[in-house]
Amino acid sequence: MEDIQDGLIAVVKRDCPTCELIAPILGEIAEQCGPVTVYSQDDPAFPEQVAGVIDDRELEHSFHLGIDIVPTLIHVQNGAETARLIGWNRDEWQEFTGLESLGADFPENRPGCGSRTEEPGMQYRLVARFGNSGLAARRIELPPEADLEEICYERGWTDGLPVVPPTEERVLAMLDGTRRAPSEVIGLIPPNLIECTVEKVAINAVMAGCSPDYMPVVLTVIEASLIPEFGLHGILATTNAIAPVVMVNGPIAKQIGMNAKRNVFGQGNRANATIGRSLQLVVRNVGGGLPGEIDRAVFGNPGKYTFGFAEDEEDPHWTTYAEDQGFTRDQSTVTLFPGDGVTPIIDHMSRTPEELCESYVNALLATYNRRQVNEVSVMLVIGGEHQQVFYKAGWSKQDLRDYLDERLVIPVRDIVPGRSGLGGLTEEEKADPDRLIPKFRTGNFNIIRAGGAAGKYSAIISAIGSKTGLRPVTKEIVL
Amino acid sequence: MSTREQILLDPTAEISPVMTPHIARPGSLDGLTVGLLDIAKQRGVEFLDRLDELLSERGITVKRYKKERFSKLAAPELLKQIKEECDVAVEALAD
Repeated sequence: MEDIQDGLIAVVKRDCPTCELIAPILGEIAEQCGPVTVYSQDDPAFPEQVAGVIDDRELEHSFHLGIDIVPTLIHVQNGAETARLIGWNRDEWQEFTGLESLGADFPENRPGCGSRTEEPGMQYRLVARFGNSGLAARRIELPPEADLEEICYERGWTDGLPVVPPTEERVLAMLDGTRRAPSEVIGLIPPNLIECTVEKVAINAVMAGCSPDYMPVVLTVIEASLIPEFGLHGILATTNAIAPVVMVNGPIAKQIGMNAKRNVFGQGNRANATIGRSLQLVVRNVGGGLPGEIDRAVFGNPGKYTFGFAEDEEDPHWTTYAEDQGFTRDQSTVTLFPGDGVTPIIDHMSRTPEELCESYVNALLATYNRRQVNEVSVMLVIGGEHQQVFYKAGWSKQDLRDYLDERLVIPVRDIVPGRSGLGGLTEEEKADPDRLIPKFRTGNFNIIRAGGAAGKYSAIISAIGSKTGLRPVTKEIVL
Repeated sequence: MSTREQILLDPTAEISPVMTPHIARPGSLDGLTVGLLDIAKQRGVEFLDRLDELLSERGITVKRYKKERFSKLAAPELLKQIKEECDVAVEALAD
């Protein structure tokens, strides 16, 4: 709080009809009670009735005085506030000033207007400029003419696309999206195993382009990524092409406007585009996982910029993925799984589940290599029109799963000693060439629903995977 | 354009890398214990088996270790054990 002079202080703005109304009153008070310090939030020429109005268009005084309504009248004695009035109330103002006939012919009561300090986003700007945000991150001071987007590139903070410069004001707004304290440590980010605070997540979420209401999702994504079974270190460091894929279930997906329908894995939706990017920027900037350094990917894939979507839960026919994991539809969850790309299954002709499954089985068995059973995992994404085929035939998700499981097998004689070879098989299995080995013996074969309602497509998101590491993880989003 | 200084918050870990020098390489393996760490990636073990053979032929003590999975970091206890039991360690990737 700045030093304030004894006497009366008034804070007004011309844009407020009540301030306009009481402008002559302020003149009268100045005349009869001695000097009144008047701060004007929008026009230093207002009110004309008082001399020496202080220009507070920058709102520094209003911020320090904690003004939320104008007009505000404050009484200061010995440098400290002793009383405050907001709006206009004749009796109150008369009592406050001791002027018995003050505003005798004015209306009895008029509410004030919102102070300019209360305009959307203004609080963050004012705390950043005039206050103490209490944030711990290093403040990098740059000249007024600095091109902040270019600075972010120069400092190596971006994934190659432009980022939103993490100003203090934006970070404060982002932190308002969560109740968690900025200083809370949410885990150790690989590869450098660095303690990551809520504040660092917020900074990177700003850069990724998130809106503050995504923060609970973003924080849960980071936490889920640190569940050991997900294997974030392996995912970021591997020579494989995999990226962390974010799937959101539950009410929050709709609340933040995520896309589960048309072009679900494509561009055009802010939440889909930025939530996954936040994780990648946290890995890059906090964990130090840089491509070409500890990230040894031979190809990578465009999903390493960002890969996020919501599961389509609109149709009640099937359980959702989150329900399959033991959550309810009322719970919001984040599921993370590795993925290296989207392979469409195009089947415009099949009209029965059995016919469709024929297409699915052939596509799924071919994942990576028709004769590979080790370390392969998939999310089978059933598109809108294909879903209808199963619903109409009365097939549950489990029915589909059972039907496919029975057919997604490869005889030992067909498993080639290629990339993963027979290494994962037991001696007993190897001894019997007719033995049928499940294609997805990692256990990582899952079925989800997403995509546009028109068009007979499904899709496979493939990935390397294993039973003990590199497998999907699901975590509830706690608001 | 604003005449005000601009401020960005640092998104990074704000740490300086610590350069740790390699320990001195032994001039000879005679009398030393060599640890061979299988990172559990296929075929690495074939390379380690051969090393084991060659080292053992020369009368060098060899100890074998195995990580749970190649994509996971070695457990701190395992690293501690290798450090305590060996003078030299070799880990192998051979696929």
